[in-house]
Amino acid sequence: MIGADELLRRIAGLDRAELVRWIDNRWIVPDDAGGAWLFREVDIARVELILDMRRACAIDDEAMPVVLGLVDQIYNLRRQLRRLCDALEAQPADIRDQIRRALPPDDNRGT
Amino acid sequence: MATQTLYEVLGVARDAGADDIRKAYRRLAKEFHPDLNPGKPEAEARFKSITAAYDILSDPEKRGRYDRGEIDESGAERPRYSYRPHAEGAQGWKYRPEGEMDIGDLDDLFAMFGRGAGGRAGRGGRGEAGFQMPGPDRHYTLTIDFVAAANGGKERLSLAPDQWLDVTIPPGIEQGQILRLKGKGAAGLGGGPPGDALIEVLVAPHQFFRRDGDDIHLDLPVNLPEAVLGARVAVPTITGPVTMTIPKGSDTGTRLRLRGKGIQRRRGDANHAGDQYVTLKVVIGLGDDPELAAFLRGWSDKHKTDPRGTMGGAAGQPTGEAAS
Repeated sequence: MIGADELLRRIAGLDRAELVRWIDNRWIVPDDAGGAWLFREVDIARVELILDMRRACAIDDEAMPVVLGLVDQIYNLRRQLRRLCDALEAQPADIRDQIRRALPPDDNRGT
Repeated sequence: MATQTLYEVLGVARDAGADDIRKAYRRLAKEFHPDLNPGKPEAEARFKSITAAYDILSDPEKRGRYDRGEIDESGAERPRYSYRPHAEGAQGWKYRPEGEMDIGDLDDLFAMFGRGAGGRAGRGGRGEAGFQMPGPDRHYTLTIDFVAAANGGKERLSLAPDQWLDVTIPPGIEQGQILRLKGKGAAGLGGGPPGDALIEVLVAPHQFFRRDGDDIHLDLPVNLPEAVLGARVAVPTITGPVTMTIPKGSDTGTRLRLRGKGIQRRRGDANHAGDQYVTLKVVIGLGDDPELAAFLRGWSDKHKTDPRGTMGGAAGQPTGEAAS
């Protein structure tokens, strides 16, 4: 975990006022260590993601919460699906086969 | 220590114009040019870093790439922090949308797609009365302070306003260590056993203490009389203040050991204790004191020392007056 100064030093092109605004908006949620902010790897990566979306995809402050909301939903789904996969994988082979057979093909594309 | 930014190397602001950057470069280049500083390897090294910084900052395209974080101080492509592995990794829960699904048990998943437990039985039609499944594990993180991590003890992890887990922290727990509380995860399905709670422990840094394995390190300010004459002073340790003897004739950098005052834990059958290392930092703290100044004037004439002697040529022969 790193503090705000180290984060600003590490990520070129990020200024403090901007970071504070993102934290106010709860786009970034650092840990609170007795009044000081601490950023984990996931927070640092998320700062880079927001910078990328602004520069490369021209997503402005208005649209950013919508995009972040969708991103968060997808990653939550992916995490949950991964847990489900882990659980399925841990089953004996015959149970996995049963599940495989019960899984309908993904071709019910609405008529 | 973090590396200097290229702007720091040249001593200019991040938004400095091309002119300012060129002026700063020429001023520093003149000062540190190796041909003007023969036999001073540190000047040459400095000249190299100044030139490397100027190479990037004087080129609008490279400067843009550096500002955007695409290249690092040496001009090399910077490794990207990809969000996906973090978002899907152990810390990803942090940005979980509020009220979003967390598969606590299978019923949550069925509910999400509008299928209750009844639907499951009805659909398959196979007798599933005896279906049992252990509950899934739940993942949490708990941030504790430095001293609590060093000494161990009980911490309370709140899950909801009226729900919590009491967690026993073993002494000397490390950052990122994961504690498993058996049976404290989600309930099992169809009478299956509950899962476990997995708690990732994060340790907040301390204002004064640092840790190296089971040893604790601390910088301790002492004043001039304490260092010169010796003293008995109170020193904080992770188990509370203790009295320590400062030997007379101590100095900044003198390191003293408090045996057994580090982290105490059981290793196998034996108790094991680390030490606390105290590094003295002499602080004069008087500002402009006429009496001390008068004393030192007479004293220093008779006691010549060269505190910068170990720095070799680096501190000799000034080439100019530093601005202050």
